[in-house]
Amino acid sequence: MTLLKEPDFGTPARAGEATVDLTIDGVAVKVPPGTSVMRAAKEAGVDVPKLCATDNLEAFGSCRLCVVEIDGVKGTPASCTTPVRDGMNVRTQNERLGKLRRGVMELYISDHPLDCLTCSANGDCELQDMAGVTGLREVRYGSGVEAGANHMDLPTDTSNPYFDFEASKCIACSRCVRACDEVQGTLALTIEGRGFDSKVAAGAGVPFFESDCVSCGACVQACPTATLQEKSVVELGMPTRTVLTTCAYCGVGCSFKAELRGDELVRMVPYKNGGANEGHSCVKGRFAFGYASHPDRVLEPMVRDTIADDWRTVSWEEAITFTARRLREIQAQYGQGSIGAITSSRTTNEEVYAVQKMVRAVFGNNNVDTCARVCHSPTGYGLKQTFGESAGTQDFRSVDESDVILVIGSNPTDAHPVFGSRMKQRIRQGAKLIVIDPRRIDLVRSPHVEAAYHLELAPGTNVAIINALAHVVVTEGLVDREFVRSRCEDFKAWETFIAQPEHSPEAVSGISGVPADAIRAAARLYATGGNAAIYYGLGVTEHSQGSTMVMGMANLAMATGNIGRAGVGVNPMRGQNNVQGSCDMGSFPHELPGYRHVSDDDVRSIYEHLWGTPILNEPGLRIPNMFDAAIDGSFKALFVQGEDIAQSDPNTQHVFAALGALDLLVVQDLFVNETAKFAHVLLPGTSFLEKDGTFTNAERRINRVRPIMAPRTGKQEWEIVCEIAQAMGYPMHYDSAAQIMAEIALTTPTFMGVSFAKLDELGSIQWPCNVEHPDGTPIMHEDEFTRGKGRFMETVYVPTSERSTRKFPLILTTGRILSQYNVGAQTRRTANVAWHAEDVLEIHPHDAEVRGVSDGDLVALSSRVGRTELRARISDRIPVGVCYTTFHHPVSGANVVTTDNSDWATNCPEYKVTAVQVDLIPAPVATDAVPEPVVAGGNR
Amino acid sequence: MSGGVPPYVRLANEIAAQFAHRSPEDAATAIANHLKATWDPRMKQALITHAESGATDLSPAAALAARRLQAAR
Repeated sequence: MTLLKEPDFGTPARAGEATVDLTIDGVAVKVPPGTSVMRAAKEAGVDVPKLCATDNLEAFGSCRLCVVEIDGVKGTPASCTTPVRDGMNVRTQNERLGKLRRGVMELYISDHPLDCLTCSANGDCELQDMAGVTGLREVRYGSGVEAGANHMDLPTDTSNPYFDFEASKCIACSRCVRACDEVQGTLALTIEGRGFDSKVAAGAGVPFFESDCVSCGACVQACPTATLQEKSVVELGMPTRTVLTTCAYCGVGCSFKAELRGDELVRMVPYKNGGANEGHSCVKGRFAFGYASHPDRVLEPMVRDTIADDWRTVSWEEAITFTARRLREIQAQYGQGSIGAITSSRTTNEEVYAVQKMVRAVFGNNNVDTCARVCHSPTGYGLKQTFGESAGTQDFRSVDESDVILVIGSNPTDAHPVFGSRMKQRIRQGAKLIVIDPRRIDLVRSPHVEAAYHLELAPGTNVAIINALAHVVVTEGLVDREFVRSRCEDFKAWETFIAQPEHSPEAVSGISGVPADAIRAAARLYATGGNAAIYYGLGVTEHSQGSTMVMGMANLAMATGNIGRAGVGVNPMRGQNNVQGSCDMGSFPHELPGYRHVSDDDVRSIYEHLWGTPILNEPGLRIPNMFDAAIDGSFKALFVQGEDIAQSDPNTQHVFAALGALDLLVVQDLFVNETAKFAHVLLPGTSFLEKDGTFTNAERRINRVRPIMAPRTGKQEWEIVCEIAQAMGYPMHYDSAAQIMAEIALTTPTFMGVSFAKLDELGSIQWPCNVEHPDGTPIMHEDEFTRGKGRFMETVYVPTSERSTRKFPLILTTGRILSQYNVGAQTRRTANVAWHAEDVLEIHPHDAEVRGVSDGDLVALSSRVGRTELRARISDRIPVGVCYTTFHHPVSGANVVTTDNSDWATNCPEYKVTAVQVDLIPAPVATDAVPEPVVAGGNR
Repeated sequence: MSGGVPPYVRLANEIAAQFAHRSPEDAATAIANHLKATWDPRMKQALITHAESGATDLSPAAALAARRLQAAR
């Protein structure tokens, strides 16, 4: 594909029927009311010159290039700010208008460096384009420095790692300022000064890097000149071709145009027609792709007999033969169930499908699990129990219809920033916000966003709170009786259960620390405020009652009728790019693809027939069970696809012991990660820039991942898996990723209509995609639940066994930060480290003071299972008695201290509640050195 | 924390706690169904063996569920 330049309609589309008839340059046009004349013209094929207008921003009317003549209207109104009306007759081109436009251009050009041939935007500059379109041939006022007073000597701000701000080229059109407001919602940019002194500024005149800018790139995207330009374009030049693909970071699943020169990736530009992001991006997806070419990448297979040996670089054939032989030897010695695999939420659906097939068809067991075990397995369990489908109910667009937004244990502006921006825009339009979180996340209060209620609960008390909210709904007569009667079951028993006094806000207040009146007010708002939607994250699932809480939220949504239409629903915010897909593909040890239980003879027979081999009808080991079995000696070999379990899984000491006990650990990854330090085989993986396949995002949207370059390792990851299977004696072969998807569609009802061809045609598809829904299903459970009736589940609040004591008086909870991703394997190998070079411990001023801790001090963080050291950040974003850290860095390794407590139903670890102590480490000498990890009992 | 308790015992007790509000019979059925649907056979067998050994660290409902699992085999 040559460079894809998307058409720009100048102003946003208006919803509704096209009922307004007008004529533009003699062409009849019919558009919805509220459409601008500029957009109507473009839709009729008439381009009106413009500079300050672009179709993802509301019209501004400043540049005056888009002036038109309208019959019966005095003067020459700006077409961007003039709405259409019936019978309007518009002229966009004549001598008078041309003269006006050339006059405007002369003024712009008189204050612009005319270095087009050496400008980084040469060929991609709207100012340059408009000079041509308007027929500019002379500048009466002179140009550049000859023109008198000008802005040519303004300095260039290069402080941002990814883009420059070349102020001398700014035409003060405000597109960047408006993009920061209307698209991103950060309001970091402003126009400083008046008149001739007007200029774009980041905050109060500080450099971009020091400002509130979150480096989402919306301003760079909006800039019509070279003023805001990617450093990569400055260095490499303009790209020449485009490949459409999908971001490999969080579960939002943004579509990007990978723009290249030859095979060199120049930049990633968010795609306007991307179903999930609609042209927006965040700092990770937009800029942090350099890890794919980082020198740390392993490109050749490596093998060693013991982890005490040095790695030997070997051929693919030797690595695959070695792996297959050792797996079969171990099975022969220890039994069929002694080996297993972990799939990755960072790999494609096709890659995951291949691994789970290898486990079931070749290993002959169900010992396959996915990293979703440690994040969203309670979502799968809880939503399946209540709604009948292990997935969120809405598309992202749905939030535009929400009147009340309930955010629980999720930090969208940091973890899912593109959706977070969309949510903020809706709140600014008037939707009410309820935040349930121990920590005062940015959403609670940011520019023009303020939560109506922030229920600052004690960690571990989610279920008590959700029950209290439901208690208010039931006891105050706020139940949607008609919805419940017609669409749900088991309500009576639940109603009796939830109405018990122990669930009242007054009772729960003592448990959670949240005032009863705040709980009551929030419940009333949720139940009566119009369309109410729940968005939640790992602050829900990663508890010993994660599944119970998911069911509690489903109960609340059903009781109030907030399911089955736009603006409502229960929505898990997925952390990694393919969490939904890895679960869909049958990675759980008790479920085949499509969440069908392995004990179901009919389902098993589909695969047994196709694969030509029996499938075990009993569940296999989950990840924590694998670790326990490894330590016990009944589990001896593990294949790990694209995950760093030594860093991401809880109780690091326990994980180290388990990995160290294995006879064979095979790691398939981009880098020698923490897990690979225990591995015997390292099979180099492919980055998302090399993958061919699909990712499925948090809204069940299946997006194509297209290779923009050949795999640097020479093989797709699914090919390697197939070759291992073949070397183990099973004929597993595919010609392409598309062929794997064809098998998925053939065997999985929810994917029945999915194919690469259809994805190429439609752009993306939200499953279920079948005969009834050939183009997919943006909103689920519209007429009935997947399981028929929605089922109310009794959600008993069982407190976690993890308690603070005198020895461990604080509760540690964990979360994410915008610039880093997961365990940091990728983002730490990009310039994103400029924002967050190491994990820090947020501690309340009171807790810090009593420990003598000042901001920036090195502190020891100790729990019952481990100890680490990191820098303290004094912050009142967390309450007294609670501290907080992120989990992005192996050096401090937050999971050194997290326990092996887990969700009762799924074993999802309880990362969010760990009793800890924090002690000041006196600094013997001033040092900037990064602290070494201190892992009690670690065996590295 | 497990405190030396085998993982399958700790997990079974945690599941049992979720059903503590039900009658012992109902709770045991729910626990057994959950274990049957989600646990690896070696873990189920370990729990059954543990319960048969007369161990006292299993909650009554979990112990009853283990017996149900054994009976269903």
